[in-house]
Amino acid sequence: MDISAIFTQRKQRWDFLKKIRQGSVTENIRCKKCGSVLPDTEFECHHWICPECGAYLMVAPKDRIHMLADEGSFVEMDKNMKTKDPLQFPKYLSKVKENQKKTGNADAVITGVCEIDGQKAAIGVLDADFLMGSMGTVVGEKIARLAEHARRKSIPLIIYSASGGARMQEGLFSLMQMAKTSAAIQKFKAQGGLFISVMTNPTTGGVSASFASLGDINIAEPGALICFAGPRVIEQTIGQKLPEGFQRAEFLEEHGMIDLILERKDQKTVISKILKMHEA
Amino acid sequence: MAKKKLTSYERVRLARSKDRPSVMDYIHELFDDFVELKGDRLFRDDKSIVGGIAMFHGIPVTVIGHRKGKTTEENITYNFGMTSPEGYRKASRLMRQAEKFSRPVITLIDTPGAYPGIDAESNGQSNAIAESIALMSSLKVPTIAIITGEGSSGGALALATADRVWMLENAVYSILSPEGFATILWKDAKRAPQASDVMKITSEELKEMGLIDEVIPENKKMFETMDRMLLRELKELGKIKSGSLVTMRYKKYRMIDGGAH
Repeated sequence: MDISAIFTQRKQRWDFLKKIRQGSVTENIRCKKCGSVLPDTEFECHHWICPECGAYLMVAPKDRIHMLADEGSFVEMDKNMKTKDPLQFPKYLSKVKENQKKTGNADAVITGVCEIDGQKAAIGVLDADFLMGSMGTVVGEKIARLAEHARRKSIPLIIYSASGGARMQEGLFSLMQMAKTSAAIQKFKAQGGLFISVMTNPTTGGVSASFASLGDINIAEPGALICFAGPRVIEQTIGQKLPEGFQRAEFLEEHGMIDLILERKDQKTVISKILKMHEA
Repeated sequence: MAKKKLTSYERVRLARSKDRPSVMDYIHELFDDFVELKGDRLFRDDKSIVGGIAMFHGIPVTVIGHRKGKTTEENITYNFGMTSPEGYRKASRLMRQAEKFSRPVITLIDTPGAYPGIDAESNGQSNAIAESIALMSSLKVPTIAIITGEGSSGGALALATADRVWMLENAVYSILSPEGFATILWKDAKRAPQASDVMKITSEELKEMGLIDEVIPENKKMFETMDRMLLRELKELGKIKSGSLVTMRYKKYRMIDGGAH
């Protein structure tokens, strides 16, 4: 399956979930994988995993934070930072506006500080639903600021990635965000900071080849696609089908690229334990 | 006589031309006593990257560059300048070595991108690129990156996170190839010429936007110009204490926000 298909699937799920959330009424959700129909509250209390077949549904940044942070502890930073369209790329700003309307967020990442079992942490969550979670100047700037904030406050940094890579419409400015975020993370780590990178489906291209791969501890969600070049590009280059499971979290674990795979239900507990072991 | 202005895509063609000097031509023209150093000490020697030590006006330097071939056979050996994780790890090893011996690092960039292959992905392409960028961002010795042909994607940036970034007049520097860009955005690789225009990838455009520092004119005196610029800049950067150098480099990339702040 290529990356854009994953995003299309996610978009369908997300549109459905959003309708329910906006209406704030319980509705039934059909799992796309096994077809089970259950109330949305049932999905929510199972961390957006189908209780019947275990399929992972997409999680919006706010829900991610809800799953990880202590109730009411999250304080958002740079909420309204918006792209200035540095290349004046045709139709880009209208696309951005559409995505802002769809997600309720100004760009593809939410950053801030929170507490996890009472332990302070800086947290960033990429939004795969906003232009494929791509990194342009806003994502780069917010991630760099978050890393700098964590460094100044001497608190750990956690970033949940979900991204198709660099933001095409911002051209070389996007490529430079790879340098900027990597430099900020490197500086944070060099001064003793703990960086936990959590890679979710999908973490690819310019995001996986910059900050997402630089965790002191790299965590992945089961089955997540994590790669530099997407499966379709590779298939075109080598002219053959890729083996089952290639570039999935389990494959990366086997090849020594990530520390551990964590199911959603275990993430808060394990991350909290890790934080405890790094207390100053 | 005024030169005819080339379109972006004509520049792309020129940047890819087999007639351009290769990395070894630059090394022989600009440096003396080059000694090639091979291997990543982990798995293999990736021949798409050449690295080593050399003298530049009496100063020992580390030189690292992408290697493309002029013949089909060479291109296969050098994998068309598409680097695998082992290549970036070799580069990182040589950069750490340069830091240990206080040698400036000069990189010569000419790549269609990091290699999109099964082995490259299995061996951590993302990780190798990310680590190389992070290392360059914090290296305690002066670094100068020169984009001589194609500077494409993270595969170029892995060697280009430097104190000074220069481009040859007809080189291009982009987030990915115009063909790849056209395929992703418009599902039509044939629209690459149009993509090159909107991507803003020429040396003049990138200088104008402040994303690179200097454009090197391509004329008969090109190597002399490069020699003079390198000498001047290595002297300047050599005066700066290593801590300030890292801070300066950090700020250089930190401030690129395209107005978003």
